[in-house]
Amino acid sequence: MNEQKETIITVKNLVKKFGNFKANDNLSFEVFKGEIFGFLGANGAGKTTAIKILCGLWAPTSGEINVAGFDIYTQTEQVKKNIGYMSQKFSLYEDITVFENIRLFGGIYGLSRREIAQRATDLMRRLDLEHSRDKLISSLPLGWRQKLAFSVAILHKPKLVFLDEPTGGVDPVTRRKFWDQIYEAADRGITVFVTTHYMDEAEYCDRVSIMVDGRIADLDTPSALKGKYRVKNMNEVFLKIARIKPDEYNKLEPIYKVRKFK
Amino acid sequence: MALNINNINKSFEGLQALNDITFSVREGELFGLIGPDGSGKTTLFRVITTLLLPDRGEVNLFGLDVLKNYKKVRQLVGYMAGRFSLYHDLTVEENLKFYATVFGTTVEENYDLIKDVYCQIEPFKTRKAGKLSGGMKQKLALSCALIHKPRLLVLDEPTTGVDAVSRKEFWDMLKRLQKKGITILVSTPYMDEASLCDRVGLIQKGNLLSVNKPENIIAEYQRELLSVSSDNLYKLVNDLRNDEDTHSAFLFGHSVHLTRKDRQASAKQVIKYLKDKGHERIYVKVIKPEIEDCFMDLMHEEDEI
Repeated sequence: MNEQKETIITVKNLVKKFGNFKANDNLSFEVFKGEIFGFLGANGAGKTTAIKILCGLWAPTSGEINVAGFDIYTQTEQVKKNIGYMSQKFSLYEDITVFENIRLFGGIYGLSRREIAQRATDLMRRLDLEHSRDKLISSLPLGWRQKLAFSVAILHKPKLVFLDEPTGGVDPVTRRKFWDQIYEAADRGITVFVTTHYMDEAEYCDRVSIMVDGRIADLDTPSALKGKYRVKNMNEVFLKIARIKPDEYNKLEPIYKVRKFK
Repeated sequence: MALNINNINKSFEGLQALNDITFSVREGELFGLIGPDGSGKTTLFRVITTLLLPDRGEVNLFGLDVLKNYKKVRQLVGYMAGRFSLYHDLTVEENLKFYATVFGTTVEENYDLIKDVYCQIEPFKTRKAGKLSGGMKQKLALSCALIHKPRLLVLDEPTTGVDAVSRKEFWDMLKRLQKKGITILVSTPYMDEASLCDRVGLIQKGNLLSVNKPENIIAEYQRELLSVSSDNLYKLVNDLRNDEDTHSAFLFGHSVHLTRKDRQASAKQVIKYLKDKGHERIYVKVIKPEIEDCFMDLMHEEDEI
């Protein structure tokens, strides 16, 4: 990354309350253009809430949030047009063909017929799917579906793509091939915002944030985090941060104290 | 033996979901069935728990044939399905009572067995099951699977989509149940959980690749495995893949796990190759494989389409 870091997501004091419960408790962070940003946290820590807000699907209770150059309160439609989204749970329609899926999502993103035809051809050539153009998604192996789903999520050439647990349950080789695609997208300048429960994948990110109880407990490069907590890998970092006890925390050197215990 | 599985075959509309599966689980053992989505884990568990008929083969549970004695078998097995399958509109307490009643027992009679798990959700016993968080649902489902004091507990992907901390807690809980004498058969897509089992079966596309103790699976790995790192991970894995001496190169956390076509090839050659490609801070060492390395070595690559 160059010295002049351009931000693509700016979050200042994001709060989201459900009744008295603070799902997001004063989040502040930035994501830089072109980076792979890992968004980690335990189940129920508030990740999904934050992602829904960043994608323009839910309004925050308070805070200033800018995504891809647009304000999350007043320009939600522009936000949606400039981002891509893919999750393991929802990606492509299984009962229509490869080309029909591309055409459907191209249409949803407002691409013209010509653009759709052009990009569909490019995409199928790049993925070596030309001869599978008219095959149903349900007939493709899982790894191919994922590849296609990711390409479709960035069909409209967004600046930023959100990947919500994209690799859950896939075999170890396919999981790694998927990361090749993530690296390629980042190489082309697309910012990648990714969540995962595989801690080895946290190592592939440029920077990683770890959420605990609605707050960002820490945010840094994987190597800096490993150094800070004096552990070998991100799994241990995660275990330390997500379940650190107040008395252990108090023994840390002051510069590492980012969390407040009530 | 607690469980004997012999030559089980099952296909759905021409798709071979299980292909001649044969293995045994010993009494008191914690056995892990490890494989990705679509490998046949759930189909096999449904056959074992009498919920699905195989095309061919036999399953024997504590000396009982599961087809002929399915009613008795159901008393002996506690099954926790992959998808939350309790009654959403019943409370925590009502669900537990319901399952106890169905099996002709009471919550009080076997409370000792579930205490460790159930006490964590007991404060919410009047809450509807549908309103519980993911972790609490899982604990309730486990309590319900245990309430009739089964001799074999079958758990289908209890830790999928669960964060690293909760996964660890769940495994600690399983270990405590094992100590109480319950035989446990558990499936998972997470390769790193293999080391927590007494023995594991690796499964892919309906084929059992290997059954053994985790340490033996690792000992059987034939190749020399190198861990390689440099200043640029993405360039590193690509450059290594393009090296004609490379057999396989996979990202593994902050390094690349590399195997070479020629077993005698030295680490020095790798360093020289990478230096020529412009890498800096190159670090190469021979390492012991993990279960995931073994799985990738044994598995068949996904079909071309």
